[in-house]
Amino acid sequence: MIGVVQFPGSCDERDALAAAERVAEARLVWHEETDLRGLDGVIVPGGFSYGDYLRAGAIARFAPAMESVARFAAEGGPVLGICNGFQVLCEAGLLPGALLPNAELRFVCRQVELVAEGFGGPFAADIAPGDRLSIPIKHMSGRYFAPDAELDRLEADGQVAFRYAEDWNNPNGSARNIAGVTNEGGNVLGLMPHPEHAVDPLTGSDDGLALFRALARQRVAA
Amino acid sequence: MKAKVLIRPKAGILDPQGKAVERSLPALGFEGVHDVRVGRLVELEVDDPSQLDALCEKLLANPLIEDYEVILDEASSNGTGPA
Repeated sequence: MIGVVQFPGSCDERDALAAAERVAEARLVWHEETDLRGLDGVIVPGGFSYGDYLRAGAIARFAPAMESVARFAAEGGPVLGICNGFQVLCEAGLLPGALLPNAELRFVCRQVELVAEGFGGPFAADIAPGDRLSIPIKHMSGRYFAPDAELDRLEADGQVAFRYAEDWNNPNGSARNIAGVTNEGGNVLGLMPHPEHAVDPLTGSDDGLALFRALARQRVAA
Repeated sequence: MKAKVLIRPKAGILDPQGKAVERSLPALGFEGVHDVRVGRLVELEVDDPSQLDALCEKLLANPLIEDYEVILDEASSNGTGPA
């Protein structure tokens, strides 16, 4: 069973749920829920949790459900943060770095090409280094930032999961074109692009399914 | 006690809001304005000002990307708080 956390202000939880249901059983987890027993994987979806007041993701990290998600992650449970979910996981300290307002101060909404790096953990199961994924982005604060020394460490440790392809424009000014990172254990992955919007060729690409299949495989292994 | 918390983007981090404001000024006839940085001001009243640093670190600012400065309004203390 895959859980999709729903905050007030989430807006992509239904698409994330539909994407997860293509490969496994899935249900929504209301932000006040704290009992995650029975879940094999958790998705923190996109949107504008709690209005994104103060900073994107700053308030949501203190949601009761997020405290349980932090414990779930500490025990090795796979957690996928998408867009606002990525911001929440960074604010919560479950992922390194922070997401700043786009360098051009514009909301960007378009298909991008991602290149997979040699990262580890459950989410890499169906993805090889150098694989290209066509996945849409839609965000205002997607500029990945970490201090240079931290970026060097992330690259050396294989925690950079995806970059925006160099032959496409870096859409938001992210440091070193980084679109997604994992935690040290590889069981927490955050990315700004929306794999849940890329699960059917009808809408242009099903490249996002690989990440949901990885979550489902955890279920089989558990 | 009343307090103000000033939150600024850390030095060296691109501040596109500041850049946008800076670029718009010449069109209004304001020349010679440089290094505009846009931050945030939080005003609050706090019973125990010793909490301020912790609450800034934990919520009001993200220390990775922002610096903060606490300005206490000593004159506002009504004498009933622990301060």
